[in-house]
Amino acid sequence: MTAFLRIRELWKSFGSFVALRDISLDVNEGEFLCFLGPSGCGKTTLLRAIAGLDIQTSGSVHQAGRDISSLPPAERDFGIVFQSYALFPNLTIARNIAFGLENTGVEKSEINKRVAELLELMGLPEQANKYPAQLSGGQQQRIALARAIAMSPGLLLLDEPLSALDAKVRVHLRHEMKDLQRKLKVTTIMVTHDQEEALSMADQIVVMNHGSIEQVGTPNEVYTRPVSLFVAGFIGEMNQMSAKVGGKNRVVIGDLEFACNTGGLDQGSDAIVVIRPEDVFPVEPDSGKATPENSLKVHIDAMEFLGSFWRTHLTTTKLGGQNLIADFSVNAVQRLKMQEGNDLMVEMKKSNLIAFDAKSGAIA
Amino acid sequence: MSVSDVAPGPRIREKVGRDAWIQRGFILIIALYLIISLALPLYAMLSKAFEVNIYQLDQFTIAVSSEDGTFPDLPRNLADINAEIGVLGPDDMTASGDGRLSLTPFFPDFSFRSPVKYRIAGVDDSAVFLVGSERHSGKVPVEVDSNTFRKVVIRPLKAHGFQNFARYFSTPSLFQSIGNSVMIALVSTVITVTLAFWFAYAISRSCMRFKGFFRLVAMLPILVPSLLPGIALVYLFGNQGILKSFLLGHSIYGPIGIVIGSVFFTFPHAMLIIGTALSISDARLYEAAVSLRASRWRTFWTVTIPGARYGLISAAFVVFNLVITDFGLPKVIGGQFNVLAVDIYKQVIGQQNFEMGAVVSVILLLPAVLAFAIDRQVQKRQIAGLTARSVVFEPKPNRRVDLMWFGYCAVVAVFIVGIIGICQMAALIKFWPYDLNLSLNNYNFNRMDGGGWSAYGNSIKLGLLTAIVGTVVVFLGAYMVEKTKGFHRARALFQMLAMLPMAIPGMVLGLAYIFFFNNPDNPLNLIYGTMAILVVSTVTHFYTVSHLTAVTALKQMDVEFESVAASLKQPFTKLFRQVTVPVCMPAILNISIYLFVNAMTTVSAVVFLYSTDTALASVAVLNMDDAGDIAPAAAMGMMIFYTNAGARLLHSLGSKLILKRSEAWRRR
Repeated sequence: MTAFLRIRELWKSFGSFVALRDISLDVNEGEFLCFLGPSGCGKTTLLRAIAGLDIQTSGSVHQAGRDISSLPPAERDFGIVFQSYALFPNLTIARNIAFGLENTGVEKSEINKRVAELLELMGLPEQANKYPAQLSGGQQQRIALARAIAMSPGLLLLDEPLSALDAKVRVHLRHEMKDLQRKLKVTTIMVTHDQEEALSMADQIVVMNHGSIEQVGTPNEVYTRPVSLFVAGFIGEMNQMSAKVGGKNRVVIGDLEFACNTGGLDQGSDAIVVIRPEDVFPVEPDSGKATPENSLKVHIDAMEFLGSFWRTHLTTTKLGGQNLIADFSVNAVQRLKMQEGNDLMVEMKKSNLIAFDAKSGAIA
Repeated sequence: MSVSDVAPGPRIREKVGRDAWIQRGFILIIALYLIISLALPLYAMLSKAFEVNIYQLDQFTIAVSSEDGTFPDLPRNLADINAEIGVLGPDDMTASGDGRLSLTPFFPDFSFRSPVKYRIAGVDDSAVFLVGSERHSGKVPVEVDSNTFRKVVIRPLKAHGFQNFARYFSTPSLFQSIGNSVMIALVSTVITVTLAFWFAYAISRSCMRFKGFFRLVAMLPILVPSLLPGIALVYLFGNQGILKSFLLGHSIYGPIGIVIGSVFFTFPHAMLIIGTALSISDARLYEAAVSLRASRWRTFWTVTIPGARYGLISAAFVVFNLVITDFGLPKVIGGQFNVLAVDIYKQVIGQQNFEMGAVVSVILLLPAVLAFAIDRQVQKRQIAGLTARSVVFEPKPNRRVDLMWFGYCAVVAVFIVGIIGICQMAALIKFWPYDLNLSLNNYNFNRMDGGGWSAYGNSIKLGLLTAIVGTVVVFLGAYMVEKTKGFHRARALFQMLAMLPMAIPGMVLGLAYIFFFNNPDNPLNLIYGTMAILVVSTVTHFYTVSHLTAVTALKQMDVEFESVAASLKQPFTKLFRQVTVPVCMPAILNISIYLFVNAMTTVSAVVFLYSTDTALASVAVLNMDDAGDIAPAAAMGMMIFYTNAGARLLHSLGSKLILKRSEAWRRR
C-alpha cells in the first residue's frame, strides 16, 4: 500500500534562510500524525506547504496518489484549524460551519442537516445562532474544527489548535479531539510544541529541529528509543553524561565503567550517555544478591515531592563531577527510608543507557 | 557531516488559481489608477518645470537680394546677424511654448514696399519656420518678397535645462515668496500647536465641564473651506471692519490675516493628533512622580511633555504642511503678501506662464515632502513607544484649576464659533455696513458670478462621487496590499504610491493634472473639463489618510481568514463580501465621510480643473470673493458648512445604527 500523503525531498527557503531541509515523509491513511519541535524548527512551515498556503521551494507532495505539489489551497483537499481559530466574527456559528458547504450545489435543507449533525457531534447543539465572541475558547475551538471537517476533507490539518486554551480545557479537549479523529478516521496532521500533547494524541510523532526531521516513530518509540541526542533531550526528562568509549559495549563515565551498547563508536571516542530519571533504580540493600552490574553509590542531596513520585537529586564524585536526577516511587522512598543526606546504591541498567556520538549527536 | 544549503530539485512554481488571477487583476487595475492619477501627472509637471523654449537662431540662414533681385553667394546665419546688431539679448532667447519670433527686426533696412527679396533656409531638417500659417522645414531655401517676409516667424525649440529656475531666482517678486511662505507656516505652527496642546491638555488632564462640547467645537473648522476664516477676518478687521482699530493701524490683508486664519483651520488637525498622544500617556508614571515628591512643574516637563513629544512633533509637521500648501486663505486675505501656493495660481491663471507655475510647484514640493518624510519617521517611532500594559490616566477634580481650564477652552471656543458666526452674520445681513437688516438675498447665488446654485449642486455631486468611488478604490487597494500573497515588489510599489499624495500639495496636483490630461496627445484628455477629472483629482489628493484608515482596519482582521476560505474552496470574493466588508464597515464609513467633507471644502486641486459646467461651491466662494461679492461668498461658505455638518450627523447616526446592529458579534 502506498502512503496517503507522500512528501519527497521537500525544501523551503526564505531568501538565504533554509526553513525546511530535505523533508521526506509518508503518512498512512487514517493516521494521527504530530509535528513536534521547538519554535522555529519549521513544523508550521511544513504544514503550510502541505496545505499549499506557502508553497515549498522544491520537492513534491502527493495526496491520495495525486500530485498536489504546485496546486493552490483551493484545489487541494484538506480542512484546517488555526491557533486563532479564524472564525468569522460577524457570522453565526451555523453560518461559520456552513461557509464551505454553500455554493457547492448542496440543497439548503441538506446544509442545515449537516450543520445540525456537526453541532451535535461537537456537543454544542444549542449554539447555532450565537456569534463566535459569545462562546468560550474551548467552544470556539470545536466550532473551528466542525467548520474544517464539514466538507469531509481527506486531510485534517491542525496548527497548534489547543495552545490558546487554558490547561484544564486543553487536557479535556485532547481526548475529545482524539476520539473524534478515531470516529471519523480522517488522516490528521497536528503541529504542536507541547510534547505531552503529542505523546498523548499521536499515532506517529515527527520530531523536527532546524528544518529537518530528527525522528519519526510512535510515541513510545521516540520516548524510549530516541535516535538522536536532540530527541532524547527534547522529549521528557533525561540525564546526560559525558563519557568515553572504553571498549566494545563499555563506556567510562568519570571513574566508573558501565556496560552500554556502543554500536559503531570507536574505542576512546567521546560519547554522551543518557538515562531517564525513572530508569535510575534504587538497589534494595538487604536483597542478599551480589551488587548488580552498572550500579554505584550516591548521596541524596535534595528531594522534591511531585505527587505521584519523588524527584531526587543525587550527587557523587565518581562520575567526573556529573550528578544524577532520579524519580523514585513513593513506595520505594518509604520502603528504603530515603531522606536528604542519606547515601544510596542505584543501578543504571544496560538496556536503559543510550550512547550518542558526542560530536554529531547521532545514536551510536 | 556536511549538508548542502541549496535545494537540489527543480523550483516549484505555484499554479495560479482563479482567486490569484482575480487578485492580480485588481492589483494591476488599482496600481494603474495610481500611476495614471499620480505618478504620470507628477512626472509631466516635473518635466514641464525643466522645459525651456529657446529660439535657436543659428538654425537659420537668410540671404537678402539686392534691389535688382540678385542674391549674394552665401546666405548669412541668423545668429551672426544677431551678434552683430544685437536684436535679442541672452534673456530674450527663451520664450513660452507657443512663442513666435518675427524676423524683420533683424534687418534694420527692411521695408515691406522694397523690391528686395529674402531667402530663408534651415541648416538642417529640424529647423522649422512659418510663412503665415504655412509650415516650412529643411535646408531648401524659401524665397519671399518683402511684403511676405513680414509674415515669416520662427518657433522656439523645446529643450531641457535649469533656465526656468534661474529666472525664478533672479526675480525677487517670485523668490521672496519662499521666505514669506516659510515664515507664515512657522509662526502659524508655533501658535496652533501651543493653543491645541493646552486645549487637548485641558480635555485629557482636567475635570472641567462641557468637555464633549469643546471637543465638538474644536472639530468645526474641518467642515468649512480654509478660505472662510479669511472672509470672517475681512468683516472683523477689514477696511470696514467692526474691530479694525484693534490692529493699531496694521492691515489684516497680509501676514496677520493669514496667520490668524491658518490657526483657525489647522486647529482641529493639531488637536486630534496631540489629543491622541496625551490620551495614551501612562498613569503609572504620574503615580511614580507623586511618590517621588516631584513638583507639578517637574512632572509636567519630565512626564507629560516626553509622553506627548511625538504627537507634538507630528502635529507641528502636519500644521506646517497644511499652512504652506494652503491656497484659499492667502488668496482671500493675503493682499500684496505673496506666498508660494498663490504664486502658482497667479503664474498659471493670471499670466498663463505654465513653466513658471511648474517651477514654483517644484519649490513648494520640497518643504512639503521634507515635512512629510520626517513626520512618517516620527510616527513609526511613536508606535514602538506604546505598551499594552499602560494604565489610563484619570484626572482628579480641582475646582480652581478646572475653572481655569474651562476659561481657556471657552476663549478658544469663542474664537472658533465666532469666526463661523461672523460668516453666518455676513451671509444674512443685507448690505454691510449700510443696511444691517437681515435677508436671504445673499443666498441668491444665481445672480452672482461663480456658478450659482448649480455650483453647489456640482459640489454635492463631487462629494458623493468622491465618497463612493474613492471608498471603493481605496478599500480595494488596501485589501490587495494587505491580504494577498506574493508579488512583493508590486505591493511595495503600490504602498509607496498610496503614501505619496500626502506629500503633494493640492495646487501642485492640480497643475500636474493640467499638464498630463490637457495634453492633446493623451487619449485620456477626454476627461479634461469634466466631473470625472475633479473626482479623480480629489480621490487622489485625499488618498493617503483614507488608505491608512483602511489598512488599520484590515490589520485588525485575523490573518488566516483568506487561508480558511481557500481551504473551504470558497472564492476570496465571497469572504470579502460576507466578512471583510461587514467587519470593516465602521472604517469604510469613516473613509467615505472624510472624502465627502474634503471634496466639499477643497479648493486647491480643483481650482485648475473645473470648467463652466463643473463649477464648484468652494471655488465659487473664492471667485465671488475675488469679484467683491463677499457676503454671497460667506453665504456659499455657510452652505458648505451646513452640508458638511448634516453629512457628519448622518454619518454618526449611521455608524451608531451599524454598531448597534452588530453589537452581538463586536464584543470581544
